[in-house]
Amino acid sequence: MRIGVVAVQGDVREHLRALGRLGIEAVPVLKPVHLEGVKGLVFPGGESTAIWRLLKWSGLVEPIEELHREGIPIFGTCAGMVLLAKEIVNWPERFFGFIDIAVERNASGRQVDSFETELEVKAIGRVPAVFIRAPYIRRVGPGVEILAEHEGAPVMAREGRVLVASFHPELTDDLRVYELFLKMCA
Amino acid sequence: MRKGTYRVKTGFAEMFKGGVIMDVTTPEQARIAEEAGAVAVMALERVPADIRKQGGVARMADPKRIKEIMKAVSIPVMAKCRIGHIAEARILEALGVDFIDESEVLTPADPFNHIDKWQFKVPFVCGCRDLGEAARRIAEGAAMIRTKGEAGTGNVVEAVRHMRILNDQIRRLRDMSRAELVSYAKELGAPVEVLEMIQELGRLPVVNFAAGGIATPADAALMRMLGADGVFVGSGIFKSEDPEKRARAIVLATAHYDDPELLAEVSEDLGEPMPGIAIEEIPQEQLMQYR
Repeated sequence: MRIGVVAVQGDVREHLRALGRLGIEAVPVLKPVHLEGVKGLVFPGGESTAIWRLLKWSGLVEPIEELHREGIPIFGTCAGMVLLAKEIVNWPERFFGFIDIAVERNASGRQVDSFETELEVKAIGRVPAVFIRAPYIRRVGPGVEILAEHEGAPVMAREGRVLVASFHPELTDDLRVYELFLKMCA
Repeated sequence: MRKGTYRVKTGFAEMFKGGVIMDVTTPEQARIAEEAGAVAVMALERVPADIRKQGGVARMADPKRIKEIMKAVSIPVMAKCRIGHIAEARILEALGVDFIDESEVLTPADPFNHIDKWQFKVPFVCGCRDLGEAARRIAEGAAMIRTKGEAGTGNVVEAVRHMRILNDQIRRLRDMSRAELVSYAKELGAPVEVLEMIQELGRLPVVNFAAGGIATPADAALMRMLGADGVFVGSGIFKSEDPEKRARAIVLATAHYDDPELLAEVSEDLGEPMPGIAIEEIPQEQLMQYR
């Protein structure tokens, strides 16, 4: 199975490595031709404003929207979650809007407040979670399933074929969040 | 819940990869950088080209300036402290800057030591000219490395020199036996444990950007081709004729460094770049890289 990782900016290498460890053919996506034949797409951590601009200037926004319409599963971590959310409460732009949630950018604060912890994730159990200037979910639509919370704020959610997490499973050795996503892609 | 761990610090640096970090001196410049797709800004009072021209002692920026820039943008804000200046670093940490650059561009404060960066919650980036310097900074707790180049010159040759040297030394280290590694550690003035880690990984254990002299999209692409995870652009953007256009072109070139057609397209009609300086014209004692 081939999974694409959006590779214009961010911690692409970590996502490629995590998928590779699960025996998946993971391909970096820098231009539209790289999306051919992918059965799933991952948005990495990074800066959402930078990734969005690069996607726009690289002609990738429409091909990714087309992929979404075709029903290809999409997973976003941190900045990836911001890019996939329908609404951003503290930022004037809206990006892809594939999942009916409102997120607050940098909700966990500046870098000195970034942290690691353990989370209880539905259907998985306890997973290590690294939060870096992390976005939190402030509103969820009726079709959205909350998969994990931290101090009362939803930090992982799924709607249909779109999965999002505020934290970075790619920075840990625990691959169960990827396994959950790969099940959606199968 | 654990804050300020090494994983949280180095993990943050991983998020910058493929990106451009731009020097800015005002909130307006910071907004231009954010709009052009910068992954972070470096809040300064003067860009390196002006520090070089004006001489004197270069210090940490006024906290007021840094706070204004932090308020102006949503992307991470970095700031520089002098080498070894623990108090400036504590002030920057208290302000809530996202990353501290313990930088040779400012006038060094401690002739003997760098800061013990393990004592801080905020992550640090430090410059290096070779593997020994990189390994010492990592041993002191740096969460990110950048090759130094020669800041404020608009001349990429020193950035290339430092990246070439670093790559060559890592390549040699890879094939060394334990005994060879220990004597190489002595030669480089580098801690054995850090070299062992680098040998095992085949690269530095932290993100490595290029800095010092990058002035064009092609310069940025070159540094990526040589293995830099991303680039710092200091004077290169806001000392050029059309900062908006150049900033965006450098962002695109950094991401798509192996796409020559795109590089040709974004390099077109950018207006005048910053004026450059030949390294030989700079008196030895004014070179920042040896600090």
